Amino acid sequence: MTDTRIDRRMAKIKAEGRPALVTYFMGGDPNYETSLKVMQALPKAGADIIELGMPFSDPMADGPAIQAAGLRALKSGQTLAKTLKMAREFRKTDDETPIVMMGYYNPIYIYGVDRFLADAKQSGIDGLIVVDLPPEMDNELCVPAIKAGINFIRLATPTTDDKRLPKVLENTSGFVYYVSMTGITGSALANTAKVSDAVKRIKAHTDLPVCVGFGVKTAEQARTIGASADGVVVGTAIVNAIANVLGPNGEHTADPAEAVVTLVNGLAQGVRAARLETA
Amino acid sequence: MNETVQPNSFRTGPDEQGMFGIFGGRFVAETLMPLILDLERHWNEAKDDPEFKAELSALSNYYAGRPSKLYFAEGLTRHLGGAKVYFKREDLNHTGSHKINNCLGQILLAKRMGKKRIIAETGAGQHGVASATVSARFGFPCVVYMGATDVERQKPNVFRMKLLGAEVKPVSAGHGTLKDAMNEALRDWVTNVEDTYYLIGTAAGPHPYPELVREFQSVIGSEARAQMLELEGRLPDAIIAAVGGGSNAIGLFHPFLDDKDVRIIGVEAGGRGLDGIEHCASMNAGRPGVLHGNRTYLLQNEDGQILDGHSISAGLDYPGVGPEHSWLRDTGRVEYVPILDDEALEAFKLTTKVEGIIPALESAHAIAQAVKLAPTMGKDQIIVVNLSGRGDKDVHTVAGMMGMEI
Repeated sequence: MTDTRIDRRMAKIKAEGRPALVTYFMGGDPNYETSLKVMQALPKAGADIIELGMPFSDPMADGPAIQAAGLRALKSGQTLAKTLKMAREFRKTDDETPIVMMGYYNPIYIYGVDRFLADAKQSGIDGLIVVDLPPEMDNELCVPAIKAGINFIRLATPTTDDKRLPKVLENTSGFVYYVSMTGITGSALANTAKVSDAVKRIKAHTDLPVCVGFGVKTAEQARTIGASADGVVVGTAIVNAIANVLGPNGEHTADPAEAVVTLVNGLAQGVRAARLETA
Repeated sequence: MNETVQPNSFRTGPDEQGMFGIFGGRFVAETLMPLILDLERHWNEAKDDPEFKAELSALSNYYAGRPSKLYFAEGLTRHLGGAKVYFKREDLNHTGSHKINNCLGQILLAKRMGKKRIIAETGAGQHGVASATVSARFGFPCVVYMGATDVERQKPNVFRMKLLGAEVKPVSAGHGTLKDAMNEALRDWVTNVEDTYYLIGTAAGPHPYPELVREFQSVIGSEARAQMLELEGRLPDAIIAAVGGGSNAIGLFHPFLDDKDVRIIGVEAGGRGLDGIEHCASMNAGRPGVLHGNRTYLLQNEDGQILDGHSISAGLDYPGVGPEHSWLRDTGRVEYVPILDDEALEAFKLTTKVEGIIPALESAHAIAQAVKLAPTMGKDQIIVVNLSGRGDKDVHTVAGMMGMEI
């Protein structure tokens, strides 16, 4: 597979001697226009990689915050086609920041795998994280995605032991997403020392960058996790920043994009401070 | 419709990947994957272990009250004036439904795996009650996830679960029905993987659940087949069962799948009709998709978002179906037909009146199909209906439908 935006961006950040800030938000939350503004604001606020959430009615691995964000998006009429369109809009002004689409398999399956991969490639999508496609189901989407030149980023978890890791890493590219805990998104952060050990364990099996997510909400946590990981993923905190400025009927009480920028600015400082003590 | 090659036998699935044709599989988060592989390993050892089989058999006999009777429903047969109707009396099992068959099998697996805590999802509450029962019997703490709507319409079962020591957690996401309860159970499982056993109540979910639930429920069909041969000296002409997730149905059907002269009919919840979205007939009005760990027929919109559906019966109120049913549908071996809420309610009242048996609303869907079918058949022909559960839990719902307060 040739170099992707993810590979280039990760190499650049490594050269800077700091971990990457990977930011998740839900496409279409609370509506298409606002969500596009959030996406466009992310790189300037300090996000290195964007995870673009694909809403799904039944997000089995997500906590209440991301569940609610998905429902807001669906209620406002978000579809997979619109999420792809959002990426195309974003690409008009930014051809560098990697976009990873994250979600569940069924909307992609119904869209049609081949059609989806063609449209994703054409929309400037660089990677995919599909929660309910473990390596055992690689023929569904992972193998076709690699053929289409799109990174398939795998989740490794505390239950993925050394025996299983090679299988999980086999078709992974771009980076490895280490899930810091056994649990759903938005739970309390796990023991950071354990996370650091787990990152070392995974790095013994692969040269790919390892980004850590699930439970990272503050700049301080980003700094701590970023001391050992190649990247830090923040999702629920960003989704909450948007939810906090929404009124009961979805109207804004403040600018959601601005709220996200404030949060991401702080997180970006956190990851930039991550290696100072350890360097 | 998907093209599926006709197999030599319909009883050999799933394959090593857990697939029935294109259906089934293991569509789960990585956190759960090692656990599911571990479950598969334990299941493969247990199913051939004479000790495991002996323990399950003893519990089935002395605790659950098996074998359940195959009863000639003379009153209903006379009323319908056609084929002889038999009921497979799963309603007479301990806890009042077929759900105990699966729960006894799985609790022994949980014990074998050294798990410390049981979680389950439930729709009508029958599986929740059966899970709470076996948890009490084997000393496990038990948490049952139940949609908030179902908690409301199945109050007697909620109380029974609590009496049995289970914690009932109402789930208000979505429509607050079985699908939402299953999502929440999966979230609990992914959080508590180390010590928790997820006791899935139907023949769905990631492999090996559809297979192991089917195996634990196949006692229904194996008994019915032998009992019919003994009573009538031949196999029935048709067998009928209601299909929500489809565990009682696959349990009755599986031993008959290669008896090609036996017509097999699964009954889906037609709700208020198949025109809109107020039904749960995933195989009649849905399309294949991926949810809750498996690929199967699902009620969904054109964007792949899952729809909630509707049924008068909480146990059938699920937008999917077990993957083996999807495969049996596409191969044409089993016919799947819808029965409307009103038709099920009529069958409920009729059975109560002419048989003195109050059937579960789920089972009333299967009976309603027999009510349609029996008069078109000869008096020398035979139908077996799976009376999967008793209807005591449904009297509040039925009273409401009849405009009465109790």
